[in-house]
Amino acid sequence: MKEINHDVVIIGGGPAGLAAAIEAHNQGVDVLILERNSWLGGILRQCIHNGFGLKIFNEDYTGPEYAQKFIDEVKHKKIDYLLKSTVIDINKKKEILVVNSSGLIKIHAKAIVLAMGCREKTRDQAMITGFRPAGIFTAGLVQKYLNVDGLLPGKEIVIVGSGDIGMIMARRFTLEGSKVKAVVELMPYIGGLIRNKVQCLEDYDIPLFLNTKLVKIFGKERVEGVEIVETKDGEEIEKTRKRINCDTVVFSTGLIPENELSEKLGLKMCAETSGPIVNGFMETSVKGIFAAGNVITPYDLVDQVSMNAMKAGKNAGLFVSGSLIKQNININVCPGENIKFVIPQRINYLQDVNISLRSNIVSRKKDVALVVDGMVVERKPIKIIRPSEMVSIKFNSELIRKFNGKKIFVELVDKI
Amino acid sequence: MKKLTCIMCPLGCSLEIEGDIVLGNECSLGEKYAIEELKNPKRILTTTVSTDGSEMLPVRSDKTIPKKLIYLCMGQLAEKKVKLPVKKGQIIIKNILNTKVNIIASMDMVD
Repeated sequence: MKEINHDVVIIGGGPAGLAAAIEAHNQGVDVLILERNSWLGGILRQCIHNGFGLKIFNEDYTGPEYAQKFIDEVKHKKIDYLLKSTVIDINKKKEILVVNSSGLIKIHAKAIVLAMGCREKTRDQAMITGFRPAGIFTAGLVQKYLNVDGLLPGKEIVIVGSGDIGMIMARRFTLEGSKVKAVVELMPYIGGLIRNKVQCLEDYDIPLFLNTKLVKIFGKERVEGVEIVETKDGEEIEKTRKRINCDTVVFSTGLIPENELSEKLGLKMCAETSGPIVNGFMETSVKGIFAAGNVITPYDLVDQVSMNAMKAGKNAGLFVSGSLIKQNININVCPGENIKFVIPQRINYLQDVNISLRSNIVSRKKDVALVVDGMVVERKPIKIIRPSEMVSIKFNSELIRKFNGKKIFVELVDKI
Repeated sequence: MKKLTCIMCPLGCSLEIEGDIVLGNECSLGEKYAIEELKNPKRILTTTVSTDGSEMLPVRSDKTIPKKLIYLCMGQLAEKKVKLPVKKGQIIIKNILNTKVNIIASMDMVD
């Protein structure tokens, strides 16, 4: 088996991996990106819509344009990368086992950045039983069929779940001549961004059914229709039960971080984020192994992915050069009332840190607050908080010094 | 009074428009959007065109296009077949439907 050495090895060549690689390289260390697909840029290749880069570049890029900026920089900086190379194992000694057409390679790394991203939830996670006819897809898969392969998967579509990709694909299907007959959402609010409800659904008069459950998929060989029913407090409202005829059902019910490697490696995981627990350095429970982007939890925007990946990449570079110094700080950050999760979950150094969070509720009457021993120590006013939009609150170094050793809760509190 | 949701960025501000006065916008983009949206709604068009290679080329309009012309643009783009290689930003259709808007490639593509 071939054995090679690199300072920082990045697992995944999507938006997180590229941003991490560039920042690690900027610290003067030698970097290698491992990507299992045949291109760099990951999912952005098929996200042909615009809305990327508003935060980082103050520009409205399409997915491929956004990716190209990072790919160009990786190539300009002559950062090494291997395509069509799949990582099958990582251990705590930072040995990485990769397989590609040349065979098995063992890579000895000084630091690792996990940037494996997410995969889609499927029909199984949506708990829809029944036959297995043709015509059932996930939103990301039809996005690849349409935008990369130029294939139209169906003519009459029902989309289950109102995530961003689902709504964006509703518009794509409509523009390409298919009829989207319904977008069905179990929750009382949409899963994606409000702007996508406007520019993807309302612009094209695509009906959205909130508080509505997909009950059944009809058809044995090919999908023939679906049965839906409205719900109230979990109970099905019988008179709203109806059938919609369609030949295609698309599931857009969310993403799951791809963490098989992290789990095998024995990283401490967070149940709420489905990703590894990280500290303010974006370092996991194993020293020198960092996590970047959607492998931590699905972010709303690629800009947020790039920003946290830059942090992970930079710190991986600093770790290798020995300049990443942990101060004697140990704070646990925990989700409090109405908060689904917080990132990072640990703080080990005395420096301002932005804590990202997602709420469980929609409210115009709450502020985000840091709470220690039942006392609000920091408060950030929020106009409206929604589960579909991540927000962040600054935890400044003064407070970190003051509350070292304590448990900090992030909570939603009533506006004053 | 008219109500709109701003689509200029992921914030999605709720706008209220009374004559020339726009309320509820967090930034100047919101004001511009609201006024234009009531007169002549426009959108960036993103889609794909065929190539002489094996994959579709992602393209976009370099400026916003009147919403009512979107389907006509799609029709014209359906006819188009692009010869590779292509560089990001390369013009695929110049001045589409006399809108002074160009359709440009979203990425570098070699066969």
